[in-house]
Amino acid sequence: MNLIVSTISQGFIWSIMAIGLFITFRILDFPDMTVEGSFPLGAVTAVSLIQAGHSTLFSLLIAFVFGCLAGFATAFLYAKLNVPILLAGILTMTAMYSINLRILGKANMSLTKPNNIFNQFGLDKLPTNFNGIVLGVIVITVIIFLLIIFLNTEKGQAVIATGDNETMAASLGINTTVMKFIGLMVSNGIVALTGGLIAQQNGFADVNMGIGVIVIGLSAIIIGEVIYPDVPLSVRLITIVIGSIVYRLILMIVLQLGFNTNDLKLISAIILALCLALPTIREQFLKTMRNGVKTK
Amino acid sequence: MTPLLEIKNAVKTIYNDDDNLNILNNINLTIKPKDFVVVLGTNGAGKSTLLDAITGTNELTSGKILLNGKDITDENLAKRSRHISRVYQDPKSGTAPRMTVAENLLLAKRRGLPRRLHLRHLKENMPEFKELISNLPTLDNRLNTFTEKLSGGQRQTLSFLMAIIQKPELLLLDEHTAALDPQTSKDLMELTNKVILEKELTCMMITHDLSDAMKYGNRLLVLKKGQIILDLNKTEKDKLKEKDLLQYF
Repeated sequence: MNLIVSTISQGFIWSIMAIGLFITFRILDFPDMTVEGSFPLGAVTAVSLIQAGHSTLFSLLIAFVFGCLAGFATAFLYAKLNVPILLAGILTMTAMYSINLRILGKANMSLTKPNNIFNQFGLDKLPTNFNGIVLGVIVITVIIFLLIIFLNTEKGQAVIATGDNETMAASLGINTTVMKFIGLMVSNGIVALTGGLIAQQNGFADVNMGIGVIVIGLSAIIIGEVIYPDVPLSVRLITIVIGSIVYRLILMIVLQLGFNTNDLKLISAIILALCLALPTIREQFLKTMRNGVKTK
Repeated sequence: MTPLLEIKNAVKTIYNDDDNLNILNNINLTIKPKDFVVVLGTNGAGKSTLLDAITGTNELTSGKILLNGKDITDENLAKRSRHISRVYQDPKSGTAPRMTVAENLLLAKRRGLPRRLHLRHLKENMPEFKELISNLPTLDNRLNTFTEKLSGGQRQTLSFLMAIIQKPELLLLDEHTAALDPQTSKDLMELTNKVILEKELTCMMITHDLSDAMKYGNRLLVLKKGQIILDLNKTEKDKLKEKDLLQYF
């Protein structure tokens, strides 16, 4: 039971990162590799600041701001200097590795201060692992609420239009460059915030903890879409949370079956590949079934 | 009367290693308010490049563009979009597929204006949108449909409505019926003509359809190799037969 609660707790916290990734991957319609650098950036920023005596909330705020700056760097390369988005993300991600090392001063650091966000504000009084669920629900609710409000503003609609059809958006006078900056900055801000939360939950920050986070985020998004296809944008944000929890549960089951933890990233990639291929497999299956019926 | 649009000595050159090509070759053109100018020409004649230069999608190599007497040559696409709207040939080019018909119309309603951090007020605009599509059977009751679910004809009709929902000073139609089946093309062309006349719009329409070129508009231009080789007013145009136009291709 404790294992399931812990898994659900992880699903909630990681879904925040997936929501951040959703802004670039689905709304702006491009894959942003920056997240593999902004995630550890948030982690090292939060841990460094907490270790330096700052409050946990302040550390998360700064993690968010730094994440926005990482997004700004990618947006500048992509939207101003016309570097292809994949390359722009990889460049920022690579640069972030050195910056993260500079911030942390070493490759990893443990949180030795007694306080972290998971044992403050009364969360420590909750049963084991429920603090993660409660905190996750609170943060997700706030982020989804703010995102829905933003996406329903004229500016938010302009961001959606930019990702949907840039030619049309530009011909309607929308400054698509600014919209890409907004999307990338908010996205990476949220991803870095999640990095800060995960570091506090795990009790350490490591400059390598960003490896593979894009796969985790995409899995949550895709699983959510497979379970709940054709839903409005606001509902889709909630499906990401469900997708993230389902993904974590699948991983837990796989590990319970006796797979080696060293194979976790391989398993993650296979799960994502299966989810991505599922619509095609389903279509092929239905086609075969229809043809089979016709033959009969 | 001040011309609505003046194009002066417009040149657009494409620079190649071995050969430079003038897509627009010293074009001079004046369009009066309420003119409905039909533009004909072979592929590569420079028609779309001329529209690109007017909207600001593509900069001129040299020359000037004036709108209502004001030089807009150095204004960007966003600034020009306050006055100029355009419908493209591809039905997919003019709409956002993952937004609903109403959301697309609302985006177009703020054409050229800054996108603020204000709530978009979709519900408040619904009566106006319903009125707008009320006489269009293809889009009736489709306001909440995602645009990607619409047919090419429906999407192009929506693109056209988006272009005129805020009355543009200049409407540019870039073969906007070319990708549609004959009946849908005819329906959209009739709607286009009706709206242009009712709203007294100034319009430039590119087409390859000679019968449409003869039937619609009060002025006819033929472009060839980046130059205007024929410019007829309504009276001159009416004297012309469709087959007479073939010699210019």
